[in-house]
Amino acid sequence: MGWRESMVYSPGLRLMSGNEACAEAAIYAGCRFFGGYPITPSTEIAEILSFRLPQNGGHFIQMEDEIASIASVLGASLGGVKSLTATSGPGFSLMQENIGYGCIAEIPCVIIDVQRGGPSTGVPTGSSQGDIMQARWGTHGDHPSIALYPASVTECFELTVRAFNLAEHYRTPVILLSDEIIGHMREAFTMPVVGELKVYDRRRPRRDPDNYQPYEGDIPTISAFGEGYRFHVTGLYHDDSGFPTNDPTSIGRQERRIVRKVIKNRHDIIEYDGRFLDDAKVVVVAAGAVARSAIAAVKRARANGRKVGLFRLKTIWPFPQDEIEQLAANVDTFIVPEMNMGQLFEIVTMAAKGQAQIKRINRVDCEIITPSQIQRMIRESF
Amino acid sequence: MAFDYYQYLRTENLPHIWCPGCGHGIVLKALLRAIDRLKLSKDELCLVSGIGCASRLPGYVDVNTLHTTHGRAIPFATGLKLVKPDLKVIITSGDGDAVAIGGNHFIHGCRRNLDITLIIFNNLIYGMTGGQQSPTTPMNRMSTTTPLGNPNDPFDFAELAKAAGATFVARSTTYHVRLLDRVIQQAIEHKGFSVVEVLEDCPTQYGRRNNLRTPAQMIARYKDLTVSVEAADKLPIEDIRGKLLVGVLHHVERSEFAERYDKIIEEARGASS
Ligand SMILES: Cc1ncc(C[n+]2csc(CCOP(=O)(O)OP(=O)(O)O)c2C)c(N)n1
Ligand code: SF4
Repeated sequence: MGWRESMVYSPGLRLMSGNEACAEAAIYAGCRFFGGYPITPSTEIAEILSFRLPQNGGHFIQMEDEIASIASVLGASLGGVKSLTATSGPGFSLMQENIGYGCIAEIPCVIIDVQRGGPSTGVPTGSSQGDIMQARWGTHGDHPSIALYPASVTECFELTVRAFNLAEHYRTPVILLSDEIIGHMREAFTMPVVGELKVYDRRRPRRDPDNYQPYEGDIPTISAFGEGYRFHVTGLYHDDSGFPTNDPTSIGRQERRIVRKVIKNRHDIIEYDGRFLDDAKVVVVAAGAVARSAIAAVKRARANGRKVGLFRLKTIWPFPQDEIEQLAANVDTFIVPEMNMGQLFEIVTMAAKGQAQIKRINRVDCEIITPSQIQRMIRESF
Repeated sequence: MAFDYYQYLRTENLPHIWCPGCGHGIVLKALLRAIDRLKLSKDELCLVSGIGCASRLPGYVDVNTLHTTHGRAIPFATGLKLVKPDLKVIITSGDGDAVAIGGNHFIHGCRRNLDITLIIFNNLIYGMTGGQQSPTTPMNRMSTTTPLGNPNDPFDFAELAKAAGATFVARSTTYHVRLLDRVIQQAIEHKGFSVVEVLEDCPTQYGRRNNLRTPAQMIARYKDLTVSVEAADKLPIEDIRGKLLVGVLHHVERSEFAERYDKIIEEARGASS
């Protein structure tokens, strides 16, 4: 078996890394275009897709930088093809202007950000969770944000497929936050067969082309260029027809609609893994790599008879603030361990509305927060 | 019979935003005539642009149209063309858009040789943002960010395109309208990355600051500033020194990117079966 063939996985029990699972999941979800620029620790996704996409009749292109990468992804999506890019912090920053373009022009696509340590070039091979706020507020202006965060290889696969489904359904860019630990760790994982996971395709217009309004309705239908609809796409505020407008009513309506389509449907988008929450007095809120330590810590504390629960975020944005607020009414303490200086901590604090005590564990040395670190804080909280 | 431009225009979006005397309209008309001569159907055409006065052009034309972010028209078009190879993709871009902020995409677009046509509306200035210097503002000329005269050396887009690997490079001006028609048509017909630089005029931002009082005066100066490639071959060197060549400056055949990629798909599919 050559090195290229070794990149190919078939359904069944496999040992693979998170990044490999993301790449395979993209193919599974129907992605047929990848435009990207290499950056550690995301590179394997590009490398695998450079072989897997042409094998499936799709296109891989290594662009000259990340700005070009996301631009090519948006262009390909407007050609009617599910499209992906993968990057890490510095590249994610470069993409932001065009991610905003994708939000206002309502172009489905998926951006995988495998987080590395620190601001700027930081620690390329180190892990962090420093891009949680960038995933929400990285681009300028108000815009919708959907960001998912897997905590295992299985979830890398499932949530990549889900990211494509949400992008197609809500007609918007969707971010998959991963981290170096999740991206590079290997786990046994049963790769699903075709049909096992739901795959959603964008809604195409059925109206006659002369009456097509590409921005009409709560979540508008989307045609592809070259299929007879001849529509206009712009990053300027536009009316239902897609053409620029300076009319304050149209502008306000458009802005509110693109934000609303995500906020109103948050209960469809938000997924979390809640454990032992019924009688919990202390709840650990965590995501990604750190959530793995949190599970271990919570299980040990439970074994010692402590009423501890876990709230593991699978959707970071929109943030499950209603769920946290409800929990806050019944628990004494939230513990928020994360590999940054407190990005989740701040939103948990806001959501809890002063009803519970919020404690934090922050680690920014690229080392994972250990189960015993979390256990210690659980013990101190009773 | 007079040419019916309206058949290609989105009349509901008129009047356009361009100033009276702006050269962009001359290029738009030349482009529409080329589309007509080539009998391209509206559905198979896609006009892509970045940001700037020139980049507003697609909005006025009744084809598939994509108005992107400043400088990024080429990578947007790259993704689109790869997945929709049957679309005729034409980019309209200002000099700043295409070669300042978009400079890196420009050279890589030329290198890749996808079948895309790039028309650069070179008015020697940033129009939309109010007359700042562009990469082609001549040395010592005035702009709002070079109030004491431009100390920068300008770019020669055609030379840059050629060096980067574009397979068709032409230059015309808003004075040489018939030549403009011809080179736009040839560029669209050419299979590969084709670049047409159009020297034109921005009376509002460039002319006003550089002692060119009327649009007519601005256009007329291109008559004296240029010499056609055909004529240049026959003229003594003294007569062409300091002048800009217009016409088809470079034309070679090289394999096109999407076609090369088709072979990669074939090979990968073979390897999997
Ligand atoms: C990232 C970014 N930077 C700056 C701008 C502001 N901007 C808009 S148009 C423009 C210059 C356009 O000049 P040119 O491309 O020469 O086109 P013209 O308007 O002259 O036709 C600039 C700098 C922007 N829109 N986006
Ligand atoms: S500012 Fe210059 S380039 Fe822009 S429309 Fe007016 S004349 Fe044309």
